[in-house]
Amino acid sequence: MFPTKKRDTYFESILKSGYSRRDFMKFATFMAAYMGLETTAIGQIAEKLQNTPRVPVIWEHFQECTCCSESFIRSDHPIVADIILDQISLDYTMTLMAASGHQAEAAKHDTMEKFKGKYILCVEGSVPLGDDGNYCTIAGRTAIDILKESAEGAAAIIAWGSCASNGCVQAAAPNPTNAVPIHKIIKNKPIIRVPGCPPIGEVMAGVIVHYVTFGRLPETDRLGRPKAFYAKRVHDSCYRRPYYDAGLFAETFDDENAKEGYCLYKVGCRGPMTYNSCGTIKWNNGVSFPIQSGHGCIGCSEDNFWDNGPFYERMTNMPGFGIESNADKVGKVAAVAVGAGLVAHGVVANVRKRRFLKTRITRGKENLQQLDVENNKTEE
Amino acid sequence: MATNNFKRVFVWEMPVRVFHWITVGTVTSLTITGFLIANPPAIMSASEATGSYWFGVVRFIHFLSAYIFFFNMLMRIYWSFVGNKFAHWSNFWPFNKKRLKNVLHVLKVDVLLMNEKEHDLTNLSVGHNAVAGFSYLVLFLLALVQVFTGFGLYADMSGWFLPKMFGWVVPALGGDFAARMWHHVTMWVMIIFVMIHIYLVFFHDWLEGRGETSSMISGYKFVRKERIRDPESITEQAVEKIEKEFEKETEG
Repeated sequence: MFPTKKRDTYFESILKSGYSRRDFMKFATFMAAYMGLETTAIGQIAEKLQNTPRVPVIWEHFQECTCCSESFIRSDHPIVADIILDQISLDYTMTLMAASGHQAEAAKHDTMEKFKGKYILCVEGSVPLGDDGNYCTIAGRTAIDILKESAEGAAAIIAWGSCASNGCVQAAAPNPTNAVPIHKIIKNKPIIRVPGCPPIGEVMAGVIVHYVTFGRLPETDRLGRPKAFYAKRVHDSCYRRPYYDAGLFAETFDDENAKEGYCLYKVGCRGPMTYNSCGTIKWNNGVSFPIQSGHGCIGCSEDNFWDNGPFYERMTNMPGFGIESNADKVGKVAAVAVGAGLVAHGVVANVRKRRFLKTRITRGKENLQQLDVENNKTEE
Repeated sequence: MATNNFKRVFVWEMPVRVFHWITVGTVTSLTITGFLIANPPAIMSASEATGSYWFGVVRFIHFLSAYIFFFNMLMRIYWSFVGNKFAHWSNFWPFNKKRLKNVLHVLKVDVLLMNEKEHDLTNLSVGHNAVAGFSYLVLFLLALVQVFTGFGLYADMSGWFLPKMFGWVVPALGGDFAARMWHHVTMWVMIIFVMIHIYLVFFHDWLEGRGETSSMISGYKFVRKERIRDPESITEQAVEKIEKEFEKETEG
């Protein structure tokens, strides 16, 4: 289970695992399609996977639920899990490696020294900073400590899932452990964020294959997410989108409109605010995704999605105004208060300025009389 | 009782008036469509989505109005440099001695409704009073919030460089949730602004009788004759205009 002297290429390990070359080519085609590359890239991917020795990977787990790993090993194409995760386990990943205890730690340190500046660090989970980081300790060491050590020699860091990218549920208010995502701690390494709770397995595979093929992390957006998978809102690729444009919405989950499969916008679907590829790649080998299964998107790949509740209402709560206080409720109260104030001001104005108004009105009437006098004169 | 004589003064130039009413129109349409987008009405319908596109139309009107609102605003910024003295940008910045004195007057007489012992004509502004001017600066900032959050949210749906320029706003605010919330809250602040604004137009028209309301249609306000003699208080442009009008009247 320890790294062999000559490192196999990806292609070699695929053949060793019992796949045919045809399976391998299919895999390369899948990956090119997921990454949104043109067909010539298929050859490029195949060539790279055939000739480059596999990239050593260390996979750290901190404050997380392992749903990212679960999603990854269930990704669409079995080769993904087989070549990448099986090989990863050679280096270090707590949940799936065969080694344990001091042996495992030794293997990790071995990789870190041998491939300094060359290995990829994958991080699943956020890191707590509260109480000197004691809320998350592994083998007697805090998560911050372990992360800093592993990040030191990493060529790049992949932040798997919402925990490592945004902090997810443990960073939700009031964030008792002061959990923070990886990019808040490590500043001097390229970090790619792959948010989602969990991220889609194919997306995870796509990011790794891109790194292997092109030797660098895929192009990212402003938030450091791979553009190929996070450039569009779920809403933009949702198959229920025509109902949205037609103004046909489910009002509750059990009404006739919900049965018709209308848009879930009004029952709090976060598709219009969430950047992910659930609508196109889908889940569980392309079987379905939340909206297709009748439940609105909860926006699990967005920053602070836990604090932007309630999940089943369109409007989010307004911070600083307590629970159940959305912008409309606050706005209505403010508008009524201001309206009442204006009416009161109008009444008081007429009372306070009554003398002033009286002279104005008298003067106006005098002028009218004078006008009548002048008119009569001209008529005569 | 002596009668006061008023002179007609050209205060609001055509671009200012056009700007005002385009803003009224677009803000109204943006607010109505905005409410519809935030909370669309329940329609129980057996029709298929293929036959209907009303929500798409509502959104289209929202985006179209937003563009008109935005370019209209740019035009007004330009006009605040080339327009007359009442349209000039300095009207919106009350922090100098003369204007602060006016702020104090407006707060005392118009807001707290105190009565003046002596009626000082120069306290009545010909254009914006200092408080109103400042409130339009605040409105301008609110409009900027709407432009930034609005185009920010729109950026990913558009291929044009202009909305794309605002793409950084949403991540900076912490995501679509926050951007939408601020967009919505700012709309409410603008609604409250409009309430106060309309009330104050009526208030000034009723108490001062200088044609406050109609001035945004005709461009003219009525200023006491005595005031016109004060060269400080009126533009040359306006004096010329008044003289021309006077000539016409005497000729006729």
